[in-house]
Amino acid sequence: MDKVIEGIAYVLGNDIDTDQIIPAEHLVYSLSDPEERKHYGKFALSGVPDDQAGLPDGKIPFTENGQSESKYSIIIGGKNFGCGSSREHAPACMEIAGVRAVVAESYARIFYRNSVDGGFFIPFECVTRMVEEIKTGDDLVIDLNASTLTNRSANKTYELKSLGEVIEIIEAGDIFEYARKTGMIPSTSRGGS
Amino acid sequence: MGMTITEKILAAHADKESVRPGDNIWVDVDVLMTHDVCGPGTFAIFKKQFGENAKVWDRDKVVIIPDHFIFTKDTHANRNIDILRQFVKEQSLPHYYDVGTDNYKGVCHLALAQEGFNRPGEVLFGTDSHTSTSGAFGMFSTGIGNTDAAFILGTGKLWVKVPETMCFEFTGTFPEHVMAKDVILNVIGDIGVDGATYRAMEWRGDAVMSLSMEERMTLCNMAIEAGGKNGIIEADDVTLDYVRQRTDAPYKIYKTDADAQYFFKKTYNASEMEPIVAKPHSPDNKAKVSDCVDVKLDRAYIGSCTGGKLTDFMAAARLLKGKKVKIDTFIVPATREVEQDLYKEKMGGETLIDIFKNAGAYLGDPSCAACLGGPKDTFGRAKDNQVVISTTNRNFPGRMGSKQAHVYLASPYTAAASALTGHITNPADFINK
Ligand code: SF4
Repeated sequence: MDKVIEGIAYVLGNDIDTDQIIPAEHLVYSLSDPEERKHYGKFALSGVPDDQAGLPDGKIPFTENGQSESKYSIIIGGKNFGCGSSREHAPACMEIAGVRAVVAESYARIFYRNSVDGGFFIPFECVTRMVEEIKTGDDLVIDLNASTLTNRSANKTYELKSLGEVIEIIEAGDIFEYARKTGMIPSTSRGGS
Repeated sequence: MGMTITEKILAAHADKESVRPGDNIWVDVDVLMTHDVCGPGTFAIFKKQFGENAKVWDRDKVVIIPDHFIFTKDTHANRNIDILRQFVKEQSLPHYYDVGTDNYKGVCHLALAQEGFNRPGEVLFGTDSHTSTSGAFGMFSTGIGNTDAAFILGTGKLWVKVPETMCFEFTGTFPEHVMAKDVILNVIGDIGVDGATYRAMEWRGDAVMSLSMEERMTLCNMAIEAGGKNGIIEADDVTLDYVRQRTDAPYKIYKTDADAQYFFKKTYNASEMEPIVAKPHSPDNKAKVSDCVDVKLDRAYIGSCTGGKLTDFMAAARLLKGKKVKIDTFIVPATREVEQDLYKEKMGGETLIDIFKNAGAYLGDPSCAACLGGPKDTFGRAKDNQVVISTTNRNFPGRMGSKQAHVYLASPYTAAASALTGHITNPADFINK
């Protein structure tokens, strides 16, 4: 696990639900086919209403011109990030688009769990609300050891909450690696990838 | 100190005497359900992690119910059904309900109940957030993602953080024109869309226990719209009647101890409940129907796991009988069984299906349909900036297909009353006359 995550911020508001993260009409694509899965990157966060997309100004597309990768790799969110359906396509599409961390005020339970168990990216919780502190496009760095988020564009550092008990799964990589490490499933059990 | 029903079921499935909220435990899974949207991804992860030739932990405990993108020409969606078929064949899974056959069911949460997979005391996971519905049977049930589902397929186990329990008690009697949907919208409005995050929502009181199983399912179904991990209602004779008609599998009844600790408890007087809507664009944006009567509507939608059960259509039919709808009205039974009942059940000598046809409503095939928007050719999918009244469970932007649409969530009574007038209407105007 990297100890430092650097990236450009993409800022969203409260209650970003999984239909905004990946609208249901796109859920038909395969997540395992290398070509087809790129569609998920292309449509990541495409359901966010225009005026809410990339705060504070809005109207900033997360991915451009049909590309499957975004230049924004750290998402800043408000309360209840990832609420709604249990679709794992939501954290998956964000990872496919290049997201490496989300820093939100709070998460919906299933989305948080999926992010951790599937090892898509690290869902951090901030101590104080970041949505109004950070602008889309700001240059950020997260220090995992210090548990801080620094906005290099504004020269400000903020505290992040400890990852708590899920740190073990995050460090292992995902729930399968964690279960192998702890002997719950045999370390030999694994198919070809 | 005592335990809540949720804590007791989880403790029993972790082989522990007792558990406390916050404990991380591994539980044994009784049933894993998946559908066409999440099944293919789950199977791919299962094979990657456990091997191409790995077998699921227990064939009899895996239930696969295609329901989301069914009646569409979308080739990717149809390919996903083929992936389900292939996996079912490879693994010789007995509980699969294939599209295009007599065995097809429809919306998974109601199908689980109707096919006898909801049994008191059990632990059920599903790759769908509304899996909380099954908690109406006095069991623990919750939604998970593909990775967790694949883990269960290989091991039969999953880690769970024991939730704190919030208790919602309703004493007395609900007014005749108030449905379970009004009750849950009211509670979500009170506590907010994250008001029960990580917690169990336990429903209690004579008013709750006087409800049918279908109405109880509506209460538990929308636990997730408050962020809840599970919804739960203790099993009683009503539960056992329903379960015994559908399965002879064993079950176990758990009840909350008198000295159990709730994180939160609120008691409501059932007779004070009123018809409620959730205004755009959030299920907690609560308003009394009587305060929204000037909202003009373009269409009404009655369907989904929340509002597409027989009870929901009986309610709608009661108001639509002998009248004509003023706006496009879509009727989508959740399952085949509900659809068949629409042809059988009569009200004043007329079948429900005839009541709907004569009222001028459009009838769709059983599936999730426009509840989640779906492919462009989905029945009832919202267009442009339409204003929709719907018996479904989510009205986040774009949920029913168009980002510009305005969706009001309501009970089947309210949706039917509003379909007759073209604006949001209190069903009391029709029922208590
Ligand atoms: S009917 Fe709607 S809420 Fe229910 S399972 Fe289908 S898509 Fe989900």
